[in-house]
Amino acid sequence: MKLVVLLKQTFDTEAKIVLKDGKIDDSGVTLIINPYDEFAVEEALRIKEKLGQGEVVVVSAGSDRAQEALRQALAMGADRAVLVKTDGLQLDEMVVAEVLAKVLQQMEYDLILAGWRAIDDSSAQVGVRVAEILGLPQINLVTKLEVGEGKITGHREIEGGTEVVEVPLPALVTAQRGLNEPRYPSMKGIMQAKKKELKVINAADLGVNATPKVEIKEIFLPKGKQAGKIFTDEPAVAVAKLVKALREEAKVI
Amino acid sequence: MGKVWVVAEQREGKLKKVTFEMVTLARQIGGEVEGVVIGKDVKGLASELGEYGVGKVYVADHPDLEQYTTAKYTRVLAELINKEKPEVVLIANSAQGRDFAPRTAQRVGAGQISDITGYEEGVFVRPIYAGKAYTKVGATSHPLIVTVRPNVFPAAEKTGGQAAIEEVAVSFMPEDLKAIVKEVVKQVSGRPELTEADIIVSGGRGMKGPENFKLLEDLADVLGAAVGASRAAVDAGWREHRYQVGQTGKTVSPSLYIAVGISGAIQHLAGMGSSKVIVAINKDPEANIFKVADYGIVGDLFEIVPLLTEEFKKLLKS
Ligand SMILES: Cc1cc2nc3c(=O)[nH]c(=O)nc-3n(C[C@H](O)[C@H](O)[C@H](O)COP(=O)(O)OP(=O)(O)OC[C@H]3O[C@@H](n4cnc5c(N)ncnc54)[C@H](O)[C@@H]3O)c2cc1C
Repeated sequence: MKLVVLLKQTFDTEAKIVLKDGKIDDSGVTLIINPYDEFAVEEALRIKEKLGQGEVVVVSAGSDRAQEALRQALAMGADRAVLVKTDGLQLDEMVVAEVLAKVLQQMEYDLILAGWRAIDDSSAQVGVRVAEILGLPQINLVTKLEVGEGKITGHREIEGGTEVVEVPLPALVTAQRGLNEPRYPSMKGIMQAKKKELKVINAADLGVNATPKVEIKEIFLPKGKQAGKIFTDEPAVAVAKLVKALREEAKVI
Repeated sequence: MGKVWVVAEQREGKLKKVTFEMVTLARQIGGEVEGVVIGKDVKGLASELGEYGVGKVYVADHPDLEQYTTAKYTRVLAELINKEKPEVVLIANSAQGRDFAPRTAQRVGAGQISDITGYEEGVFVRPIYAGKAYTKVGATSHPLIVTVRPNVFPAAEKTGGQAAIEEVAVSFMPEDLKAIVKEVVKQVSGRPELTEADIIVSGGRGMKGPENFKLLEDLADVLGAAVGASRAAVDAGWREHRYQVGQTGKTVSPSLYIAVGISGAIQHLAGMGSSKVIVAINKDPEANIFKVADYGIVGDLFEIVPLLTEEFKKLLKS
């Protein structure tokens, strides 16, 4: 089975956000694999292991630095990686999806996995847009996945419950937390990763002619919050004061 | 500004609150506010929308639309957009909306601005980096698809109007029917959904065990609140993942969020930072949660929470 995982490199979840010339400054920031994409990598590896055959290819669109994230996925056990360098391109979610789809069209795949959103821009669009461009059925927000003969069944989270959906392969699924616990790369994995293929392509050479449909006009940091009221009286008094404040000041009760 | 569409979110024949919140936003954007209702036996909902001042409502009513699937909703909405050419299409940023919005956007060649929390003169405001920064995003072309975070905009009031109703012919292609919904497992709970709840009571590692969540449930019952959890509580197996609030959990924006025995890690704040009023109950006065809390009590939750439940009970009964 040919498994492809779409992977984005994102800021570490603890990273402090600093603006420089109106843009987010990434110097000195630790970068990680987007946590949802890590679930997708893990799931692909498990499917391959379960079937006892197949290939897991990780594909990322981003800057040169994203090679680190791809190497880490290779160290987890992916077979090879492709980086599409998007430096200098005008991007929005549509353009990124078109770029990734272009690369995927040159590959073989039965199942494409992605995280349901990236924790940096949180747009939750790219995976689904890729599915649409490639004409694939999708199962979004999957917390459990079963691969069958020519089809997959995914348990997906919906409001107020879970839905079990079956679609024919090839298909695209997006991963939600709960799907699995991603493994750490082993020492052996890290050594092997160095020898695995990591192909670098320039997005500019792919002949994508989509242009961004949305544009960021401004980035700003939220205003710091004012210190709240902390009640340190004995419990009964503190509770009475809190409830009063919620009713009379905050007016939320 | 041309037509601004509100794609109604309905479940089991009832319009969801976020639909009315989107009507408010549509009015702020300006232009002609129109509605789209998709489902089976949903004509009544279209006239209901009219009572909230929506001038015209497109109704796609079809037996095959009883069960939501991505492909079916995308087919209906994309064709309607191509035909009627709205400028802006508002869709709820719910599990369902998030599922078909990008697919529809891609099919009609539209940009999408996801999970917005504000609007200012032609640009949409949305958090990035889990609320550590915000962007103002505008469209360079139309149509534009916008998904709207529930609980952020006030729900529109009834104006008593009447909508012109236009029935939309629905037909599917074979590929639209390939996805089979085998089963829908509903959560049986009298409590509101986390993402829609007006009040949320959340517990963390400080709860010490699954049995103690009963304390929070009692409090939630008095307040009509939903019960959430931190990742530590979920990882410990005390609550299901669907109740996790945070960066790898749900993003919520209730008017009141009560964090009990939660330290306030950055990844937790990422999910609840946009709550209107935050209350923290923690025995550690240095806990990070107090930095974002509007109100807090420093103390033992096992003592505080039962008292709080009693106090609310007294207040809400009188
Ligand atoms: C990639 C990534 C994603 C993550 N995503 C999420 C996420 O989505 N959501 C999330 O919540 N976390 C997330 N985390 C985890 C996060 O970093 C914290 O570990 C977690 O939020 C801690 O949960 P907690 O506050 O319940 O536990 P702790 O940090 O252990 O805090 C427990 C608190 O309870 C208080 N307490 C203990 N006993 C009592 C008592 N008797 N009375 C009153 N107070 C008491 C303590 O003082 C303490 O402040 C993520 C981490 C990573 C790395």
